[in-house]
Amino acid sequence: MEEIFNYIGENMEMIYFLVLAILLGVEVISNVPAILHTPLMSGANAIHGVVVVGAIIVMLQASPDNYMALTVGFLAVVVGTLNVIGGFVVTDRMLEMFKKKPKKS
Amino acid sequence: MSLNILEISYLIASLTFIIGLKMLSHPDSARKGNLIAAVGMLIAILATLTLYQDFDQAKMINYGLIFGGLVVGTVIGTIMAKRVQMTSMPQMVSFFNGMGGACAALIAIIEYQHHQHTTVTGFDGELLVMLLGLLIGSVSFSGSLIAYGKLEGKIKDRVLPMNQAINMIMLGAIIVLIAYQLFVGSTPFQFYILLALALVYGVLFVMPIGGADMPVVISLLNSFTGMAAAFGGFLYDNKAMLTGGILVGSAGTILTILMCNAMNRSLTNVLLGAFGGASAG
Repeated sequence: MEEIFNYIGENMEMIYFLVLAILLGVEVISNVPAILHTPLMSGANAIHGVVVVGAIIVMLQASPDNYMALTVGFLAVVVGTLNVIGGFVVTDRMLEMFKKKPKKS
Repeated sequence: MSLNILEISYLIASLTFIIGLKMLSHPDSARKGNLIAAVGMLIAILATLTLYQDFDQAKMINYGLIFGGLVVGTVIGTIMAKRVQMTSMPQMVSFFNGMGGACAALIAIIEYQHHQHTTVTGFDGELLVMLLGLLIGSVSFSGSLIAYGKLEGKIKDRVLPMNQAINMIMLGAIIVLIAYQLFVGSTPFQFYILLALALVYGVLFVMPIGGADMPVVISLLNSFTGMAAAFGGFLYDNKAMLTGGILVGSAGTILTILMCNAMNRSLTNVLLGAFGGASAG
């Protein structure tokens, strides 16, 4: 039990971030009109592609002779980049469609 | 000096994610919001590449592989996203979401290799974060691919007998396995069993849900991947990953509920084929 509290205490700053960001996320999108549901989902999908930063860090930490880590890390970078690039391009294409016939809602 | 610049870059990236998400929820500014978030993402990636320092030796091979990975991902991602038909957009989103989940799971796998050399007794927060990243990332990966297959018409709706009961049992097994690793001890064998269970669970979770409800499920899996990314941020004390991930995690959950409301259904109702409510987060 003590270890759990220790861990929380050591990471208090990050836990603050976590809690505040959760509330912020709820607040930020609470008034979205229904036509934007799918583009918003797609945009959010691209944003969580930030996980690729973690993949890059993993690769930078891996020692050059650890082939297992290098291979898996390479895969992680590829799929993470797919998430980022694909996500933003798809969102942009969806929103492009809206542009032609402006709607108000 | 360079470490501070790195932290500032992450702050800017986090801000662009928040602003981007905000602008994405208004029709007039949506496209600009997407662009702003993309710029922030670029800043975060470039800053990590150039400023992150945690090495004692020259690692040309690592940099080569990173750039190779970035180029391969960019080329394939752009081609896929540009070629896809407008009507097939939702499954494309699902596919890319699955890739993000896979990325989070792979990170957890590598980190576990580093981790197991250190002997820790009792509760280990780092291990918990790793296991959750692995679990949620894998569920999101396999679930998203099933959702993709269903929307493409490659996978038919099929309900196993007792699917709901099987899912419950699997979820229970996963929780027990995580608790066991945390409090008793973790070996690679148990770690990979957890990975396998999570992958199968993702399949069984999405399988019974009807094709018309897929957008809701994709949105839910989207928020799962966000959480997995946030656990990665926890692992590295990386605030861009934490904010980006958890923002999507919470916004995605609310969006899922809004989408259900737009269809005049409840989330439980949509997931009924699977089980009554998402407890993985």
